[in-house]
Amino acid sequence: MIFADAFAWLLDPVNWSGGKSIPVRVGIHLLYCLGAVLGASLIAVPLGLYVGHTGRGGVVLVGGSNALRALPTLGLVTFLYLIAGGGTVGVLIGLIVLAVPPILAGAYAGIQDVDRGVVDAARGMGMTGSQRLWRVEVPNALPLLVGGLRNATLQVVATASVAAYVGIETLGRPLLDGLRVLDYGQFVGGAILIAVLAVVLDVVLAGVGRLVVPAGLRLSAAPAGRTRSRRTQRGRREEPVPVESGGSTA
Amino acid sequence: MTAVGDIAKYLGDAGTRAALLDMLLDHVYLSLVPLVVSVVLAVLLGLLCHRFRQVNATLIGMSNIVYTIPSLALFAIIPALIGTQVLDPLNVIIALTVYTTALLVRPVAEALAAVPAHVTAAATAMGFRPLRRFLTVELPLSVPVLAAGVRVGSVSNISLVSVGALIGTGGLGTLFTDGFRQRYLAPIIIGIVLTLVLALVVDLLLVLLRNRLTPWARVGKP
Repeated sequence: MIFADAFAWLLDPVNWSGGKSIPVRVGIHLLYCLGAVLGASLIAVPLGLYVGHTGRGGVVLVGGSNALRALPTLGLVTFLYLIAGGGTVGVLIGLIVLAVPPILAGAYAGIQDVDRGVVDAARGMGMTGSQRLWRVEVPNALPLLVGGLRNATLQVVATASVAAYVGIETLGRPLLDGLRVLDYGQFVGGAILIAVLAVVLDVVLAGVGRLVVPAGLRLSAAPAGRTRSRRTQRGRREEPVPVESGGSTA
Repeated sequence: MTAVGDIAKYLGDAGTRAALLDMLLDHVYLSLVPLVVSVVLAVLLGLLCHRFRQVNATLIGMSNIVYTIPSLALFAIIPALIGTQVLDPLNVIIALTVYTTALLVRPVAEALAAVPAHVTAAATAMGFRPLRRFLTVELPLSVPVLAAGVRVGSVSNISLVSVGALIGTGGLGTLFTDGFRQRYLAPIIIGIVLTLVLALVVDLLLVLLRNRLTPWARVGKP
């Protein structure tokens, strides 16, 4: 029974101490994920807000982020490893590339989907462009923006396991080791750890979302941030940024 | 840099080119079969979601959990669960089908729910039975949303198949593991480029298909 083996591996004290223990790997895994999501946010949020606010470059943005999504993370990571001669930078860039499209989609779609009437009302009240952006559009966009962040985090947490291939001690290590020696306990144990980590981070981010989303929006945001298509199917936009939690969960 | 020369040399070998074509075809097979299967599954499950509220909550919750499983893990747990060989391409196909179905169920259910009530009422009044109404009215009307989901699914499948190389199933990902082992950039670059081109071509075909299936969307456009 593989799950019994997995729990035996998870509970084995040998795996809980030393430099390659489960806590150390969880820490490294988390560090890479945080770095990647932060880095991707620094790029994608301003870009998404700008394009959503000005309405310029939407087509380029959607096309570009779809192309990014097609980049195979494993290819990128091995490529950058050979170029840079080390794993850290390559893995970080690979994960940032992975995290940018969902965050970009969340920021852009969030701003785009703000009720035009609301924005017009703000304009009618004499708000300047930046006032409209920061006081009206951004608060209204928060549910989708947080949804994008949650999608990105899920994908990054799952994909950071690929980093183990280029020698970084993430939670992908037990996966690859278990695979090589066909030790399914270790293998499934690693997979369980990654899944638990992803769920915990998702719950934390959902909590953060609840804190930052203005009370007036909470009702409409009730089924969490991932309900993109409810709006798109009214068919207003030619190019709906679809639910993309699937992404590359490597 | 000598990368360009390396690539030219690498591609200059006829045997390499034949191998590349094999990998490309493998890749297409491994990524598109799950896409087709999951469209069918997602439409069926979406229909269930749409008709029964209980199923809806369960399926959406399940599909959220599915995403958190790393694909590498799913690729290799499947043989343990269903008894296939570790290197069987079926594992990758099943894993990707699970992901893509999870990705598509929700948009399909929501698209079906968004078909205006007066449209279905009109179809019923014209004597359409539920099955025919579903196939000729509700399903076609949800094609735009379905197509958007399928496009994301195809792109992410094409990039995910590469990960299968870590467990030794074919596809373009083999180029990454080979290149990494030999510290040789040319195959890695070729692999990335081919993956991108494949994703773009499939995406283009999907857009064309969607436009064929939704002729009404063109009405009123210049």
